[in-house]
Amino acid sequence: MSFLSGENMVGGYGGADILKGCSIEVNEGEIAVIVGPNGAGKSTAMRALLGMLDLKQGSVQFRGNDISSLSPQDRIAEGIAFVPQTSNVFTSMTVFENLEMGAFLRNDDIAETLEQIYELFPILAEKKDQLAGELSGGQRQQVAVARALMSQPAVLMLDEPTAGVSPIVMDELFDRILEVRQTGVAILMVEQNARQALDIADRGFVLVIGENRHTDTGAALLADPEVRRSFLGG
Amino acid sequence: MIRIDNVCKHFGGLKAVDHVSIEIAEGSITGLIGPNGAGKTTLFNTIAGLYAPTSGRIYLDDEEITGLKPHQLFNKGLLRTFQIAHEFTRLSVVENLMMVPAHQSGENLVNAWFRRGLVEQEERQINQRAMEVVDFLNLGHIADEIAGNLSGGQKKLLELGRTMMVDAKIVFLDEVGAGVNRTLLREIGDAIIKLNREKNYTFCMIEHDMDFISRLCDPVICMAEGAVLAEGTAEQVKNNEEVIEAYLGRGLKNKGAIA
Repeated sequence: MSFLSGENMVGGYGGADILKGCSIEVNEGEIAVIVGPNGAGKSTAMRALLGMLDLKQGSVQFRGNDISSLSPQDRIAEGIAFVPQTSNVFTSMTVFENLEMGAFLRNDDIAETLEQIYELFPILAEKKDQLAGELSGGQRQQVAVARALMSQPAVLMLDEPTAGVSPIVMDELFDRILEVRQTGVAILMVEQNARQALDIADRGFVLVIGENRHTDTGAALLADPEVRRSFLGG
Repeated sequence: MIRIDNVCKHFGGLKAVDHVSIEIAEGSITGLIGPNGAGKTTLFNTIAGLYAPTSGRIYLDDEEITGLKPHQLFNKGLLRTFQIAHEFTRLSVVENLMMVPAHQSGENLVNAWFRRGLVEQEERQINQRAMEVVDFLNLGHIADEIAGNLSGGQKKLLELGRTMMVDAKIVFLDEVGAGVNRTLLREIGDAIIKLNREKNYTFCMIEHDMDFISRLCDPVICMAEGAVLAEGTAEQVKNNEEVIEAYLGRGLKNKGAIA
């Protein structure tokens, strides 16, 4: 049984169903990547795991329990963290305040986590008193990921963390994500820089129109000529 | 076609664009790369009339366009897309496209009341063009969808589609590729090449996908900290040590070490 899984999910935002029976899963210490065409339902599948839409069918399982009826905030308290694609930092707050906000649900001492975060993202220690809105795109993405990690999640979900960042920052983010995986966190990402993402993925899902088209290890998907041609740009 | 002569754009003490001089040759697809925060989008905004430059001059076909407003530049055939899509969220995809052509006869009250035939005929033509654009970008299945419901990548395609609704001379593309599926991005690349060759559009694009840049762009300009760091063919720029240091990097450090 997997650590976090959405099984046979069907649903949308009120109009037509966007998810038409897709299944996604991720285990501890593993990186899973969702790829697919625009509008395939990748972000929606991730939001469904977080509880941001009502499923008509299917369920979400976490640590062996059915959490389908929990609200997003309850799921976050259970240990699921989410970094949306845009508007993912509080621009008028400092880096440090953003990190504090990430620990909002915690009642214990956050000093140790903060230290670990600064070790993982040295640039944030350097800029901790600067407004997040003044940082460059790549630095903001690091704030967003770090903020999510402040809740000490067991699962980290990232919606296109590398969209619009330079190659050197993409490598840096993926390097950090590999380090986060090393701590035992389960990581689920939606990525359009699919080749680079599948290259570090333990597991990959190709979604098309709300359904699973291919599921395999990252390496196997990268080697599949049909996947390359149809989804990775050759 | 476009000549940027010693342009600076400062925000208070921040020198976002600092003494940049570049030329965009007619018929070229010029790539603009550089680290986040290098000033690429600010330079675009300055050329496209969103900001007046702090100093320096900008020319379009030897005519000075420094300080002209975006709509004046639009009428001269200078168009741009936005990194963050600016769609009309409550209009459909087709309606969004049909909004683009300026001076439609239906905008005139007299025409709207007394010259229905003319207005309808023009609207049919614009609608037909919009449908061609929709097909071209593989958005046919969502042509009547409200734009606010589109996925992030679909909104980027709509941004590109808007530039295809009028006959442009030069189009500035701000990260059309970010968040777009790579197979679709290849097709967008094909579309750009086709517009470039068949309709003689000149392009200047900000992009981070180096495969995409290498395939389409010549020349490639790399900016860093507000200034031009390197300029040349994609191959030359990719192998430039300073560009590797500031922008491209040398690959993942952790992959081998951890896995």
